[in-house]
Amino acid sequence: MGVSDDRKPISLEPSPASTSPSDHPTELDVTTIRFAGDSGDGMQLLGTRFANTSAIHGEDVITLAEYPSEIRAPAGTLAGVSGFQMSIGPQDVFTSGDVVDVLVAMNPAALKANDNLVREGGIIIANADSFIPKNLEKAGYDRNPLETDELAAYQLFPVEISRLTATALQEFDVPRAQVERSKNFFALGLISWLFNMPLDNSLTWIRQKFAGDEGVILANSQALDAGSKYGESNELFKTNYVIKKPEKSRQPGTYRYLSGNSAVALGLITASQLAGLHLFLGSYPITPASEILHELSRHKEFPITTFQAEDEIAAIGAALGASFAGSLATTTTSGPGMALKTEFIGLAVSAELPLVIVNVMRGGPSTGMPTKMEQADLYQALWSRPGEAPLVVLAAKSPKDCFHTAVEAARLALLYMTPVIMLSDGYIANGSEPWRIPEIDELPPIDVQHHSDASTFQPYARDPERLARPWAPPGSPGMEHRVGGLEKQDGSGQIDQDPENHQRMTYLRAEKIRRVAQEIPPLEIEGDESAELLIIGWGSSYGAIARAVMHQNKLGHPVAAVHLRHLNPFPSNLEEILKRFPRRVVVENNDGQLWTKIRAEYLLDAERLNKIKGTPFKIREIEDKIEAMLAGGA
Amino acid sequence: MTETLQRKDYLSGQEPRWCVGCGDYGVLKGFTAALAQLELPRENIVIVSGIGCSSRFPHYCSTYGFHGIHGRAPAIATGVKLARPELSVWVVTGDGDGLSIGGNHFLHLMRRNPNINVILLNNRIYGLTKGQISPTSPTGAKTKSTPFGSVDRPVNPIQLAIACGATFAARIPDTDNKMITEVLKAAHNHKGVSFVEVLQSCEIFNNQAWTKVNKKSERAEHTILLQHGEPLIWGNNRDKGFRFNGFDLEAVNLDDPSVDENDLVRHDAHASDPTLALKLAILDFGVSPYPLGIFRQVEEPVYEEAVWTLDRTIHSVQGASTIHDLLRAGETWTVESGSEKQAIP
Ligand code: SF4
Repeated sequence: MGVSDDRKPISLEPSPASTSPSDHPTELDVTTIRFAGDSGDGMQLLGTRFANTSAIHGEDVITLAEYPSEIRAPAGTLAGVSGFQMSIGPQDVFTSGDVVDVLVAMNPAALKANDNLVREGGIIIANADSFIPKNLEKAGYDRNPLETDELAAYQLFPVEISRLTATALQEFDVPRAQVERSKNFFALGLISWLFNMPLDNSLTWIRQKFAGDEGVILANSQALDAGSKYGESNELFKTNYVIKKPEKSRQPGTYRYLSGNSAVALGLITASQLAGLHLFLGSYPITPASEILHELSRHKEFPITTFQAEDEIAAIGAALGASFAGSLATTTTSGPGMALKTEFIGLAVSAELPLVIVNVMRGGPSTGMPTKMEQADLYQALWSRPGEAPLVVLAAKSPKDCFHTAVEAARLALLYMTPVIMLSDGYIANGSEPWRIPEIDELPPIDVQHHSDASTFQPYARDPERLARPWAPPGSPGMEHRVGGLEKQDGSGQIDQDPENHQRMTYLRAEKIRRVAQEIPPLEIEGDESAELLIIGWGSSYGAIARAVMHQNKLGHPVAAVHLRHLNPFPSNLEEILKRFPRRVVVENNDGQLWTKIRAEYLLDAERLNKIKGTPFKIREIEDKIEAMLAGGA
Repeated sequence: MTETLQRKDYLSGQEPRWCVGCGDYGVLKGFTAALAQLELPRENIVIVSGIGCSSRFPHYCSTYGFHGIHGRAPAIATGVKLARPELSVWVVTGDGDGLSIGGNHFLHLMRRNPNINVILLNNRIYGLTKGQISPTSPTGAKTKSTPFGSVDRPVNPIQLAIACGATFAARIPDTDNKMITEVLKAAHNHKGVSFVEVLQSCEIFNNQAWTKVNKKSERAEHTILLQHGEPLIWGNNRDKGFRFNGFDLEAVNLDDPSVDENDLVRHDAHASDPTLALKLAILDFGVSPYPLGIFRQVEEPVYEEAVWTLDRTIHSVQGASTIHDLLRAGETWTVESGSEKQAIP
């Protein structure tokens, strides 16, 4: 295998001592598993279930969902392949894995599209029943790869998943279509056995998910069980596996499994509750952000209004209206939607109203690669508005970090009466990981009040510390006032086109955003602080960078890293940290956007590592860069 | 509110920046009179506008106001209304703001039917940008951007509003304060979206646009006042009327002995079928008598009420929750201190 992180090459060979697989499973460190099939095959469900089971079983997990931008691309074709990859391990799993140890391929196209991701000696489990001439041809195979030596570099296990599922369900009189749908659960049972995971969590889930449909519950449960039994009783696999015990015990607490988009939704609800405000979401469906709208639309147990607007512009417009009316307002979108919202974001800056704008970034420009990740909207977030219109920009670094970043985005928006842009991306939005649920007192208080004293009210008077103006929603007598996009007089808020006032207001708006830095905890250095080389990252590349640095440090290579959540303003100690490291490299999934800002802000040079392929960094790619730089090159 | 507010109490005191002779002044006067007569507390009123001469409106009123961006007032107003249904929300827009750049939002505001009142000041020209065609300019209009005459076909605001699902649609001239006030009061009292087109003259760039309507001496001959339940009669001597001829409105002279007054069409603003309202809406300005007054006024579910009712109903079934429970909903597991073994609940 390409040793891409700090684990030894996994031996997936049968351990000499093992005779009965379940009794003596082979121990594994971090392991990467990929499920691939037709986009209609339910690979995301299968992967999510196994990831959940692993997380509940106590493993550390990170997932990566990859699906085509078409809902149902032609069945059986390469374009229609959907994949779900996950790394599981005892601890410190920070990415969904560089290379695949175990691939489950449900059809020839899935095999063709993914076999190059599997490491030499890795396991491929293929649904042999789907390797029929028609499917082979669609995938571009001249001959059945299960019958040639094409896959000799791997441990190949052709399993007649469809037939075995049908056999298992024979006695239960299950309709044909359901048999076909249950084959996923057979695969889940088999892979659960292979990794020595219990089935009870999946069984409970099946019972809850399909409650009321006994036929489906029966079919799926039986298929799951049959898959597991097949692994156990069949001589095909000489061993099964178990993930090693963690070296350090996990932080005690209650855990759950969480995707980035769900985390944003939960973070926003939490923030609204902490602030004691009604939550308003204006949104327009867009990949890969729509799940936030879906999630928030379900939670009527809280005072939340979700509004699916006629377009991206109306979505933010309604949110800004709700903000004026006193709600914690938010809008969620992706890059193309951000472009449409630009003018309203400028109005929010001018009106000085709190607003959380979530951009779940995808490949651009224009429609770009809707289902692929990228970090190329940083310039857009920082600067894409008419006039001088600074605002706060934050980025989440992992699925669970989306929760905390969303809470902070809301908090800063409310405390500073400003729009805040929160950046996430398609990788962490659809990716999931276990999360230790915080207790309420671990969350930051959000202490905001609508202005209540009419005698002191001036719409653009400012709190001397934060420079925030008072928030006086309609309904309060004596504080009737007008806001808008025209330049206004400092204090009174009256329309004012005076040159001196305009410059003063421009500086006040800028200074207000600069002062947000006083809320930001000092940036922490990870890795070898005495190193000469510093990696600077932001957003979803955190996992790959952290693993790369950890591994390089273990090898004795001096390197450190900082990871920025706050992209505007920067943490106050960033400059000082940068100056401590003579060599710096900015790692990002774009063509150097943070790199530009750092150089512009501090006049400090840095090298860069850029990947613009729609996929996250591999740990190895970052380590290669580190090693090259430490060897004196780039 | 204890003391009764006068019309002037609804003015902010900011000097309007409209040109002398602009039709907007009359609307501001009629509008503030309506607010006073309705005895609306100032703090509960929100006026939202876009960009254009008409959109300066909020600054001149002593209520809450949001001067938005071009075309987007309906979006802001919808957000305000959804967040705070109890507020009286008004949108003031123009023909360019509301029907050109904001056309999409106009459609959706009308179809959703929130309890928002829309005043569209239609002067058939772009005023603030100094004289280009608007979507209501007549074909052939010579403006700065169409020096050889426009080839665009104009949109008819009332027809459009009704087609989009407006439950209240009215048209008023900018010179009749009393009518402005009465119609705006009716708009306020209507539950659901109210669309009011004001035939407004732009003194500087298009002051002949509505002369036949806005000039008192011409009005009786060139307009027809719509009154629910009353026959459609107009003219200086109230001697002309409309009757149906097949599907068409046929103009007839009441002096003609063959014409029976009982055959005249009676206006029905409350009909759920919008056909008559649309027939009246498409009567051509300058060719037929131009209808003024309320074309349509029907009851339909109100958007924000439906949203809040649904949310409350589901809330009452689901019950309230806490952050603690929210974050722990679904599959969770616990890690006890000092052990890496997990208990699966
Ligand atoms: S340009 Fe026309 S519409 Fe604008 S204020 Fe002057 S007269 Fe009124």
